[in-house]
Amino acid sequence: MGGLRVTDPVWRDPQAEPDVLVMEPSHPATHGTVRFVAELDGETIVGLDVEIGYLHRGFEKECESGSWYQAIPYTDRLNYNSSALANLAFCGAVEKLIGLELPERSGWLRTLVGELARVADHLTRCGTTCLELQAMTAFLYCIEAREHIWDLLEALTGARVTSNYVRIGGVRHAMPDGFPRQCAEALVAARDLLRDFEDLVTHNRLFVDRLQGTGILSQQDCLRYGVTGPLLRAAGVPLDLRKDEPYLCYDRVDFDVPVGEVGDNYDRYLVCVEEIHQSLRIVEQCVGALVELGAGPVDVLDPRVRWPAKGQVFHQLEDMIDQYKAVTEGPQVPAGEAYCAVESANGELGFYVVSDGSARPWKVRCRPPSLFNLAPLPEMVRGALLSDLVPTFDLIHSVAGECDR
Amino acid sequence: MVLDRLLAVHSDAVLSTHAQHGDATALVDPGKLLAVLEFLRDDDASRFELLVDLCAVDYAAREPRFEVVYHLYSVSLNHRLRIKAGVAESSCEIASACSLWPAANWLEREVWDLYGIRFIGHPDLRRLLLDESFEGHPLRKDFPKRGRDAGGTADGGAAGD
Repeated sequence: MGGLRVTDPVWRDPQAEPDVLVMEPSHPATHGTVRFVAELDGETIVGLDVEIGYLHRGFEKECESGSWYQAIPYTDRLNYNSSALANLAFCGAVEKLIGLELPERSGWLRTLVGELARVADHLTRCGTTCLELQAMTAFLYCIEAREHIWDLLEALTGARVTSNYVRIGGVRHAMPDGFPRQCAEALVAARDLLRDFEDLVTHNRLFVDRLQGTGILSQQDCLRYGVTGPLLRAAGVPLDLRKDEPYLCYDRVDFDVPVGEVGDNYDRYLVCVEEIHQSLRIVEQCVGALVELGAGPVDVLDPRVRWPAKGQVFHQLEDMIDQYKAVTEGPQVPAGEAYCAVESANGELGFYVVSDGSARPWKVRCRPPSLFNLAPLPEMVRGALLSDLVPTFDLIHSVAGECDR
Repeated sequence: MVLDRLLAVHSDAVLSTHAQHGDATALVDPGKLLAVLEFLRDDDASRFELLVDLCAVDYAAREPRFEVVYHLYSVSLNHRLRIKAGVAESSCEIASACSLWPAANWLEREVWDLYGIRFIGHPDLRRLLLDESFEGHPLRKDFPKRGRDAGGTADGGAAGD
């Protein structure tokens, strides 16, 4: 029953030696996916070790044991905020190995679904950044806007989050009837919400003071660490694969690439918001192009890789055999290696695939931008306050599903 | 183009090249790997500032069994190159590229973790994704996908499935 005595070593000299603070995955700010071991001098971070792998589930091993098609739903679950972008990077790599030319319509549909996914991802990013800083209202504006985007994704792909939309040699289905009108209405609603969000946040003193000058990573350091995407652009390098290595229909759409100046958290936020606006512009152009193209095939007409239409399967023997082969075995991909990269919401998302000529991938390597963005986190927060770790961790565009695979 | 320049300067280090599907690729002598990578990073005609990716492939029956694959990208010149180097199962080691690109740090830890290839000169070669108590390197082709007898979790419990 002694209680606490004043001589107990509860308070000790903070100058004596660095304290070690461990933020386990159970800490809300780690999103349940990383473990931080921070060395502190008072409230200042002097060293940080980031331990990852809590969401590792053997993505590559799983891919090696199924057919080429069976890997596509796994790619959905890498960056679950923008699953379609991983779909099309993987399918792009496989198509490169096979040497397929896509019909124009599916190129536009892929561009469309990719940009919708990017908008959903960036809205999540902007919203949760506010949430980390205890701004619940601003978070809800973004999430409501994301609902409108998810409604469009649902109409297009049949799913709100894990789209599984892209197929080797095409996409799952064409734009549904009434989609252009639904899209126009959703974009108006989403832009209204985004404008309210920006009015609330962008010049808000509390928000700006927390982000400006924190989490800085210079151009040189970004390059040394392999950091790409919005982080590199926030540091002032206008690298965007949609412009520098145009794939799909990006050479036929008009959009701008925003860049920051110093590469701090505030620049990252500004780049992220502007990219939402630019992506919405691309979405409109894609829908316009698809309306102009009209109805038609959205897949390559190649029985080696695509299933015949269901209507034919029940009436023609050859198509039934094709269907059977496609379902039980899947396509056989010529032996070789190929790398295909896309500009995902977090940076360069690439797939390096190796085939031995069989119906199973020999190797599927995902180049995860989230991992590259997370690795220099200790550099970004060294000398910063512990409280700056939380928003920085959010604004570095790292998603554990993709980082840990 | 980049390959031609590499062949001209480091002809003794390059074992073979190809440009399958438009991806320029060079297989280099693992003993001269670092010299080649440093040249590619610093030479004005290549300027590969970005180590885009570093991974390994297990070719099981082939000799050498493993290949370590480097994907490079030049931001200033907008071109790519893939460098590969064989790693024999008997030695299972290769030079670390950490001194050239810090990006290699985590990537090499991942390759060590999943393939068991040691990177000589790496400052801190721990497992990246799996727990330190994990036994084996699961992306090797002879590692079973499930049903492995050995091993347990870090807190001493039985391995789950």
